[in-house]
Amino acid sequence: MTLSSAPIIKVGMADLNAIKSPGLLKTSGLGSCVGLILYDPIQRIAGMAHIMLPSSDIAREQTINEAKYADTAIPALIERMTKLGAKVSSLQAKMAGGAQMFVLNHDTMRIGPRNVESCKEMLQKYRIPLIAEDTGGNYGRSIEIDSSNGVLRIRSVQNGVKLL
Amino acid sequence: MDVLKEIGNIGAGHAATALSKMLDKQVDMNVPNAKLVPFDQITDSLGGEEQVVVAVYFRVLGDAPGNLFFVLTHDSAKKLLKGMIGLEVTADGYSDLELSALSEVGNILAGSYLSSLSDFIKINMQPTVPALAIDMAGAIMSYGMIEYGQMGEQALFIDTMFMDGSEEVEGHFFLIPDPDSVSKIFQVLGVQ
Repeated sequence: MTLSSAPIIKVGMADLNAIKSPGLLKTSGLGSCVGLILYDPIQRIAGMAHIMLPSSDIAREQTINEAKYADTAIPALIERMTKLGAKVSSLQAKMAGGAQMFVLNHDTMRIGPRNVESCKEMLQKYRIPLIAEDTGGNYGRSIEIDSSNGVLRIRSVQNGVKLL
Repeated sequence: MDVLKEIGNIGAGHAATALSKMLDKQVDMNVPNAKLVPFDQITDSLGGEEQVVVAVYFRVLGDAPGNLFFVLTHDSAKKLLKGMIGLEVTADGYSDLELSALSEVGNILAGSYLSSLSDFIKINMQPTVPALAIDMAGAIMSYGMIEYGQMGEQALFIDTMFMDGSEEVEGHFFLIPDPDSVSKIFQVLGVQ
């Protein structure tokens, strides 16, 4: 670590955060969860949500944690980023995760693919282009977004490191 | 919570006996830990979200559905294979035979764990066929938390660790009963 090294902010499960450059946002061990990234390349503002479930319609909790559901996390993340100065019209999206960790013939939940689909629907609603994704498969991922350039670094046990 | 610990104890006790017979070695286990764990801390006993583990997963079917994981570190998985089928595993990966052996160990132990538990609490519980994954603990364990995700930020987690007599093989059983199953188990046991 040097003095100039950018801070790394960890985003936990069912959590979201946004930063203005410099700095990195990181989330670890995405399985069926989706790591959704929004980036404003002009203002260099990055946001990340670790989304666990596709829709808050199924919520049975009294106070909804917005970061947990695709349909509430994306609006909440946009709001957080516009407060930092981002413009919705400049935002670009990337995402990773949404795997099916176990090959099951009785898996009716398909939670990973449903998380991905739901995120895509929400992005369309806000007309935010999805410029890159690394989703599906049956393996876990850890991801890191660099707010200075919007590069998403994806690491998996099976496939090593990939940059989007 | 003591009742849930006892449940973990009985299940794992029988599983440990089964493992002991399989390895022809003494197998010990600790007192289970039963608690509500925040999602982010669920992999703490495994060494964190990015720790690579070997996991055999079972969906528990029956009157109290849930998720059951049998989790080993690489080291323990390889030592278990060596002890069980006399295979010296040197390569980084696992052969099909080794993977199938690990699944089968998990299967036998899970069957033993659930049937003893099922007998004790008089609730019908059966495991599905095993599904195996070798990956980051966070990616694997989060699968067991989806049901709880709809309710809040923590899951009920019954963790039992066992080890062979020489403490070379260490494994975990994680039982994560579905939220509705917990009240059912309490009801049957007459606990409020």
